[in-house]
This record gives sequence, C-alpha cells and structure tokens, in this order.
Amino acid sequence: MTSEPVVELKGAKKYYGQGNAAAYALQGVDLTIQKGEFVAIMGPSGSGKSTAMNIIGCLDVPTEGEYLFEGINVGGLSRDQRALLRRHYIGFIFQGFNLLGKTSALENVELPLLYRGIPAGERRDMAMEALKSVGLEDVAHHTPGELSGGQQQRVAIARAIVTNPLVLLADEPTGNLDTHKSIEVMELLLSFNRDKGITIIMVTHENDMAQFASRIIHFRDGCIDTAQNEHQ
Amino acid sequence: MIWNAFILALREIRRSAMRSFLTTLGIVIGVASVISMVMLGDATTAYVTQSISKLGSNMIIIRPGQDRHGPGGDTVAKRFIHDDLTAISREIQGLKGVAPVSSKGIQAVYGNKNYSTSVDGSDNDYFTVKDWQFEEGRSFTDAELKGGKAVCIIGETVRKELFGAQTPIDTSIRLGNFSCQVIGILHPKGASMFGMDQDDLIVVPIRMFQRRISGNQEISAILVSAHNPSSIENMKSAIISLMQERRHIRTGDEDDFNVRDLREVIQTLSSTTKMLTLLLGAVATISLLVGGIGIMNIMLVSVTERTREIGIRLAIGALEREVLLQFLVEAVVLSSLGGVIGVILGIAAGIGVNIAFELPFVFNTSIVIIAFLFSTMVGILFGYFPARKAAQLNPIDALRHE
Ligand SMILES: Nc1ncnc2c1ncn2[C@@H]1O[C@H](COP(=O)(O)OP(=O)(O)O)[C@@H](O)[C@H]1O
Ligand SMILES: [Mg+2]
Repeated sequence: MTSEPVVELKGAKKYYGQGNAAAYALQGVDLTIQKGEFVAIMGPSGSGKSTAMNIIGCLDVPTEGEYLFEGINVGGLSRDQRALLRRHYIGFIFQGFNLLGKTSALENVELPLLYRGIPAGERRDMAMEALKSVGLEDVAHHTPGELSGGQQQRVAIARAIVTNPLVLLADEPTGNLDTHKSIEVMELLLSFNRDKGITIIMVTHENDMAQFASRIIHFRDGCIDTAQNEHQ
Repeated sequence: MIWNAFILALREIRRSAMRSFLTTLGIVIGVASVISMVMLGDATTAYVTQSISKLGSNMIIIRPGQDRHGPGGDTVAKRFIHDDLTAISREIQGLKGVAPVSSKGIQAVYGNKNYSTSVDGSDNDYFTVKDWQFEEGRSFTDAELKGGKAVCIIGETVRKELFGAQTPIDTSIRLGNFSCQVIGILHPKGASMFGMDQDDLIVVPIRMFQRRISGNQEISAILVSAHNPSSIENMKSAIISLMQERRHIRTGDEDDFNVRDLREVIQTLSSTTKMLTLLLGAVATISLLVGGIGIMNIMLVSVTERTREIGIRLAIGALEREVLLQFLVEAVVLSSLGGVIGVILGIAAGIGVNIAFELPFVFNTSIVIIAFLFSTMVGILFGYFPARKAAQLNPIDALRHE
C-alpha cells in the first residue's frame, strides 16, 4: 500500500469539563490511516472510540495534540471551514441511521449534493445511481418509516457515498441490525472500499464485522491498546 | 445558496403540512381578527357621525321657557309669534334657514286605517334646516303657505301605516276632524341617535296648523340652521341678545327662553364611539398577541423536534447560516402566506359584519399593513431565533438530541 496518510492523530487528547472535574475521553492517541485503507476500531464501551471518530470526522477538535486531515491541521480551522471539509471529503454512517423523517429515500440521498450546489437534474441522477448501488432503486420514493432497518441503513450508506467522499466514517453501522443484514452492509462497504478506493474507518463491537477490515485497531481507556494490536 | 434554502424550505413545508397549517392558522386568526375588529369600530364611528349629520349638526333650537324645566319646557312662558321669525331672518347673519314649529299628537285616518302620529306645522325652511330630501311629490307652494291650505307632507312610517304599497300623492287623509291632501313624501331617515323614529310625522303649513289644530297664533319652537357650522356659537349668542331685547328681559334677570344646539350631544356620542374603537382595538390586539403566542409555541416545538434534523444537516456539511436561512425562508413563506390569507379573511369578515349591521364601509389601510407586518414579524422572529439556537449547537449534541 502506498504511503499517503489521510488521517493523522498526534498525541490527541480530549477531555470534557475542566480542572478536577475533567473527564478524559482520549488520553493521547497516535494514529495514522493511509488512503484506501479499511480500518475497524474495536474496544469496550466508553473507551473513546466515538470521541476519536468525531475528531476524525471533523465534527469535534482535540483538546490537546494535533489532528491532520490530508495534512491540514483541523484544530486551527473555524466551524464553517470544518463544515466545508465534511461537505467535500467525508461521508458519515451512524448507528441510528439519522435519516430525515417523512422525506423520501431519494431526497435523503440528494441532501449532501444539495449542499454541494449540484444542479437538480444531475443531483437526481447521482442519487438514483447511489440508491441503485445499494440495491434500493425500487423504494426511492418511500420514506424511512416505510423501510426496514437494513434498508434504512443502506439509504444512509447511499447518502454517505453519493458524493464519492475521500473518507467514509461508520460508527457502529451494524449495531441495530441482525447478522444477516449486518453482513449485507459490510459487503457493501467492502465493495465501495475496493471499487471506488474510498477510505473506510468503522467502529464495531463484533469480531465478525471487524474481519471485513484490512486493519483492526483496539481502544482501551482512551488509548490505543498496542499490546492487543501487536497480538493480531 | 438562497435558491437552495428556498427549495429546502418548500420541501419542509410540504413535508410537515400539519405543522405548517397550524403555524399559518395562528397568523391567519390574528390578522383577520384585528382587521375585522378595527373595520367594525371604524364603521360604527362612521355610522354615528353620519347619523349626527342627518340630525342636523348645525341646527339651533329656540324654545320658550327655561331649559331646566325639562323636555316639556315651561308651559307658562310666553310662546313665540310670527314676528320673532321675521326678526331673526332680518337681524341674524349667515342663516341657511329659519323654520317655525308647532306640534301636536293627532289621529290620521285613511279608509279603514287609523294611525296615531304627530303633526308639525311649519314652512319649507323646515326641510332645509333638517336637511330633509323628498322621496316623492313636492314641498309647499307660497299660496298653500299663505292661505293655510289643507295639504300635508308625510314621513315614510305614516305612509307605510296608512297606504301600504299604494302611492298616496294627491289622495286625501283625515287629520282629526278635517281632511287634508297629501302632496309629498319625505325620504326616510330611520331612527334618531336617541332611538326615536324620525319618519313618524306629518308636516302641514304653519298657518293651517294654527287655524285648524291649535286655534291660536303661537309658535312653540324656532329651528335655525347656519351656512357654516363653525359660526354656530356666534349665531347662538346673537339670537340670545335679539330674543332678550324682543322679550324685554333686563340684564341680570333670567331668560324665559332657551337656545340650544346639538353639539353637546355630539361630543358625548363621539367620545362614546372613540371608547368603542379603543375597546375593539384592545380586543383585537389581544387576539393578535394570542395568535403570536400560538405561532411562537408551534415554532419552538418544531425547532425542538427538528434539532436532530439540524444535527444531520450540520454533520453532512451544511453551514450554520445555510440551516438558518432555510428556517428563515420557511418562516417568511409561512408567515406571509398566513398574513395574506388573514388579510383577505379579515376584510371579508369586516364587510360581512358591516352588511349584517347595515353599517357604512370604511377601509383602513394602515391597520391592514400593521396587522400584516406584526404577525409576519412574530412568525419570522419565533421561527428564526429558536432555529438559531439549534444551528449553533455542536452537531454531535444536536444529533444526540431526543
Ligand atoms: N459530551 C460528553 N461529555 C462528557 N463526557 C463525555 C462526552 N462524550 C463522551 N464522554 C465520555 O468520554 C468517554 C468516551 O466516550 P465515547 O467516545 O463515546 O466511548 P465509546 O464510543 O468508545 O463507547 C466516556 O467515558 C464518556 O462518558
Ligand atoms: Mg460510541
């Protein structure tokens, strides 16, 4: 694999609150992820996986240390600049799907394109194409309420990949799905990683799902658990 | 960016039809009630003003006796005679008309119909002073006035009671014990400000009244009107001095007559209608406020509901100002739509009430503008500020919001 780091965490710390009451969510994380990797992050609940994902996704910034996205120091960016980074380079898949209710699958998938200022006709075609790639072209006009959990998560995947992002972040994407549906979702992610070269970073509790990744990183108490990583 | 916000806003309105409808409803009710209330208030004021001018706002009434003896007057005080009238016409400047009046209750009979009304003896100035038009027929001729001919002009109520659908011109009716030819019908005036039916009367030449009804030369009141309403005060004092001189009243003695005009009454009435307008305005303001609070509630609830949606938009890369713009456009579209519907309904309701109560139509442009602007502003403010709070949230916190 060529050495082209997309994500670089350098001594990243995150704590909530101040002084004695400060609670550490991350206590110094060093992590580099190369372009085209499929990384799974595992670890017990409360170990700081989501916190790390939020920082990697430019939704949050580290309290101490550095985070470089494509070599850009995200800590030095404004709120709007981080929003623009997300808009143009990052796709999100959440455990709870986070689709707009009462809005058709097609319109949900169109949403990121709308913020990119893509004209209506093109937007529709791209959204339809993305729905096709997750096998949902037949339910394009259904609202999330009319879809099963697996279908909703596939709509969310279509929404995340429709912009062909550099990095796709998925925080427990199969947490609400049964094994069969989970494997479907993982196969989709794997295909986007292979065919489009999208870098994928995924948090999961399940070993079976983590096996789809090319690298597994273990978190423990806000740190990367090197012992376990070397054990792999 | 504006265009995008517009598309997003319209989608949102269509998507949450019920919420949009409720928000709009608050504005519609607020605007419509203010407009219709104020229209009603204005119409009532206009009605009162019109009624006052029908009554003759520049009319002066001269009666014998002291005013403090009440409406019946002082029966002992000396009555007026024809010379008093001539003197007033000769001495007083700016007169529009001077009319003698003597009245008496009388029984009017036509065929088998019998109606009891009152008869006024006067001359043609009576119609000038009271600003009375003819519905049909004519006023008295000089010959009829001089000769005291048995002719009469009747009010609408008398016509209806005696003749029904028939036209009475040139027919004769019986007044007491003599017969009298109808030559004219007065244009209906309706009820007076005091609730009296002004059309319930018969007018005959004063000479005929004196000869056949009262049997003397006396005149019980003199009605005077001025060309210019602002000269009434001066005219009143000129009449008082003239009458004091003619009735030999020395300085310091009490007058045995009184001169009054209707302005005191008018002042009372117009302050009453002002109160009415104020009251209606207050009621309307309350409904506008209630409407505003309704809008506020729905907007606040909807923003709470939509915090997660705002989080999703922010997470996928919407800027804070884009989210805000969307909410602002939504609020503007809904509020102005509600405002327009409210204005239409309010005017329609106002017209409806005015027709139902037979009030004149008065259109108040400024209240339409004020009501529209106020409610639209409320809609926009309460759509905008809660949304701003949500848009300023960290997207992670907004997403976690339940
Ligand atoms: N907004 C927050 N305020 C305070 N503490 C937080 C907040 N978010 C996370 N934490 C704390 O930080 C730690 C790591 O949380 P998180 O990254 O969500 O863990 P994971 O996703 O691995 O389960 C936990 O102890 C959690 O309670
Ligand atoms: Mg988590």
